[in-house]
Amino acid sequence: MPRFLEAIEDVVGATIFYFAVSPLLKIAAALVVVLTTIAYLTLAERKILGFIQARVGPNRVGPWGLFQPIADVAKLLVKEDIVPQRAIKWAFVLGPCLVVGPALVILAVIPFGPPSDVTGGMGWHIADVNVALLFVLAMATIGVYGLILGGWGSNNKFSLLGGLRSAAQMISYEVPQGLSLVVPLLMAGTMSLNGIVQAQHDQHVWYVFNYWGLGLAAFFVYFVAGVAESNRNPFDLPEAESELVAGFHTEYSGMRFALFFLGEYANMIVISAVAVTLFLGGWLPPFANQSWAGFLSLSFLPAGLAGFFWFFLKLIAFLFVYIWFRGTFPRYRFDQLMALGWKWLLPMALATIMLTGLVKVL
Amino acid sequence: MTDPNTPSAGPETLFGLEEMELNFGPQHPATHGVLRLKVRVDGERIVDTYPIVGYLHRGTEKLFELHPFFQNVPHTDRMDYVAAATNNLAYVGAVERLTGIVVPPRARYIRTLLSELQRLSSHLLWLATHAIDIGAMTPFFYTFREREIILDLFEEYCGARLTLNCMRPGGQPYDLTVGWTERCAEFIDDFPSKIDDYEGLLTENRIWKKRTVGVGMLPPEVAMAYGVTGPMLRGSGVQWDLRKAIPYEAYDEVDFDVPVFYNCDTYDRYLVRMEEMRQSTRIVAQCLEKLPEGPIMAKRPRVLKGPKESEVYFGIEGPKGEIGFYIVGDGSPNPYRCRVRPPSFLNLQVLPEMVKGQLVADLVAVIGTTDIVLGEIDR
Amino acid sequence: MSDTENLTPEEKAAAEEKAAAEAKAKAEREAAEAAKPAWEKDPAVPEWQEAEADPLVEALRASFGEAIRSARTFAGDLVLVVDRASIREVSKSVKEDHGYHLLVDICGAHYPEREAPGFEVIYIAYNFDANRRVRLKVEVEEGVEVPSVIPVWAGANWTEREIYDMYGVRFTDHPDMTRILLWEGFNGHPLRKEFPIEGIDTGAAIYPEYYDEKDGPAANAGTGWLLPKEEEPEESETPEGETT
Repeated sequence: MPRFLEAIEDVVGATIFYFAVSPLLKIAAALVVVLTTIAYLTLAERKILGFIQARVGPNRVGPWGLFQPIADVAKLLVKEDIVPQRAIKWAFVLGPCLVVGPALVILAVIPFGPPSDVTGGMGWHIADVNVALLFVLAMATIGVYGLILGGWGSNNKFSLLGGLRSAAQMISYEVPQGLSLVVPLLMAGTMSLNGIVQAQHDQHVWYVFNYWGLGLAAFFVYFVAGVAESNRNPFDLPEAESELVAGFHTEYSGMRFALFFLGEYANMIVISAVAVTLFLGGWLPPFANQSWAGFLSLSFLPAGLAGFFWFFLKLIAFLFVYIWFRGTFPRYRFDQLMALGWKWLLPMALATIMLTGLVKVL
Repeated sequence: MTDPNTPSAGPETLFGLEEMELNFGPQHPATHGVLRLKVRVDGERIVDTYPIVGYLHRGTEKLFELHPFFQNVPHTDRMDYVAAATNNLAYVGAVERLTGIVVPPRARYIRTLLSELQRLSSHLLWLATHAIDIGAMTPFFYTFREREIILDLFEEYCGARLTLNCMRPGGQPYDLTVGWTERCAEFIDDFPSKIDDYEGLLTENRIWKKRTVGVGMLPPEVAMAYGVTGPMLRGSGVQWDLRKAIPYEAYDEVDFDVPVFYNCDTYDRYLVRMEEMRQSTRIVAQCLEKLPEGPIMAKRPRVLKGPKESEVYFGIEGPKGEIGFYIVGDGSPNPYRCRVRPPSFLNLQVLPEMVKGQLVADLVAVIGTTDIVLGEIDR
Repeated sequence: MSDTENLTPEEKAAAEEKAAAEAKAKAEREAAEAAKPAWEKDPAVPEWQEAEADPLVEALRASFGEAIRSARTFAGDLVLVVDRASIREVSKSVKEDHGYHLLVDICGAHYPEREAPGFEVIYIAYNFDANRRVRLKVEVEEGVEVPSVIPVWAGANWTEREIYDMYGVRFTDHPDMTRILLWEGFNGHPLRKEFPIEGIDTGAAIYPEYYDEKDGPAANAGTGWLLPKEEEPEESETPEGETT
């Protein structure tokens, strides 16, 4: 444990330290990391899209546009906050908070790295809940209320349609998403996210490659449903700009709009992080059981940092795929989206669970 | 098409809810300008659509009557402002037929060149907006990259990029600049590979097909009765193109095909336009090859007067359909009456038929496939 | 040439030779003029020609007789003037019996200086098989309605609305005889010859309390955009730029 933490512990006593100071410090650290990631994710998105679309992307603010996110935040903060006269005010105000809050809360249970000396023998997580998977699902469900409330509270027909679309879409896709998470659960036999990573470590396999493709199928279902959950292309119907102007956030401006924006990106990160944890071995380095690949464990770094590095690298790969989708695909239509969710993903998820159970029993 | 002000005649829906009236536009990202649609929706399903146009009305037809024949060309630029050259051509063609002027061959070829390049640029803009309406963002930037080269060619020829004003009754105002043909040939050589790029992104894309196949059906009888022309008609299985049917300028001296597809849906109209771009490329290449030497302006009176009691209709194949001019002369230097036959206006009229019973998302796709320009509809 | 008779025979021969050369040069010039390509000659102005022998005209005459008032061509375009009352039947026959399926356009024109001042409604239709256009014309006086051709060509709807908008010619049996490019309540028909080019005082449709009825559009003819005055008194101020 670093010396300044020990000093704090000496001052406040062990009880207060472990129940108040340590979690607050970890929350602060996680928020700083995640909010910075989100800020630079927007820049990365614009840069990568620019690369895909044969243009430059932002390059005016700072070198290579590196200060663009800061400028954006400053702009959004000083913009006038407009609440439409006939909006339902409490819903209008509550909507964005309900979107961004749960998305950030989920981060509490994500293990970013292995237990190590840097964190004083604790894991790189804020809370190791033994039913973390249920917690993730429960919190993800709350996010949809934010969209519905925002869309309904704006008192705008386009917003209302956007809110309704998001309600139908997110509830439909939560079913296959939740079911697909049962598969790694069955494989690991625990609901703790730390435990699942540890199980992958012990079984020497990432669950995406486990059980002859069953893991891959579950991963596929989870990821497609996850893209739909986070309202990204090609499933960005609730905010389809060419149809519904801006969908549920048509009437929002300034920081309230930024909260929706933040929520969307936080959702992307959360869904990617859960996918990394459950299917891609979390903080485990690739080829951990191969002797030739020993250098990949990055033993020159402190153990925790190496794990964090691998976790972050996998996360970035996921986020890149999200952006890549946006640059490539047209948008689904509403009925087609529902058909895809109920007719393809749900049966696929159910079949995967059954087959996994069979394999497990045999 | 019923009056939207009358209360909903349909029965109440399952849950006793009423239909909702959605005001689509005039400020809406997908209405391509200032089109306004009153859409009655049942959930997301469209019960009825009532287009309201006229927000961009500038009285162009009145202005035609106020100005002499020569000075009217710039007014035509401002109707379909993404296809100025074909508007110019339709107007000067009508004036030439009214007054009996015959255009020299080099001018005819230059006109053909310009109007085919204009067709390319108009179709590129259509593809960009159509794709972005359906949610594919990337083709927008690719097509604008190529459109920029065409606009540069226009700028080099006549100094303007959009409002070209590049034709005069009697011929062409300027000859091609030195090196223009080489630059044009270079672009045309390269362009088919660019079309392959666009098609690679969209043509076999499953989502693109899902969004366009079977959407916005337009049977040929309906299309004809509504006066729909151009790619919309050819996507409905009518192989008719004024460039072949009633050739004008140099179109009877170049070789090209008229693409036609038979499924009457948005996807087929997309295919028609993509194939038209390839054919336009062929036409431009042939024009560059055959471009004759010689004068570019016919002998014409200094003040052009429409003969007394004369009237003529002349239509050409514009990028969006048949654009025609009906001009009445009365012996004065101004047209007595100059009516524009606007292709977008008549094509838009069929929109309520095409979207009835479909979803709001399809409405957007169908507006995109109709390829309207409000400057021309409202005039 | 005053003293030709005094010339010697040599001089006479020279003069004859000169005249012959001149005549030859003139003939050559004329031949060269004739041989010039069309674009270097003076434009040949087209003229009206009778077209009674045209098969379409003969067929229509046989069925409609004097309802076809005249049939002429100009610059190759066939123009039929049709009685107002029978335009729907004639266009139906033109479409169904003669294959003019595509409605190209319907437009109007105003002729206030004719003997019978009034309007023309011009219908342009196209036949795919014959590859030919025909123009039907109807002459109509102020205040008289023309039968709508929507039952024949559905696309006539908007074009007829536009003629009503621009000229004030109304069409009977039209399902939606409202203005299309201008707003309901606009006071005038702009393509009429007497309509001033600088425009009229408009915008009054929305603010009837600010304008006399003869200046601006009739009150309350608009689409109900303005909320009742009692509810929103501060919004009834006339914004700048809305008045003209």
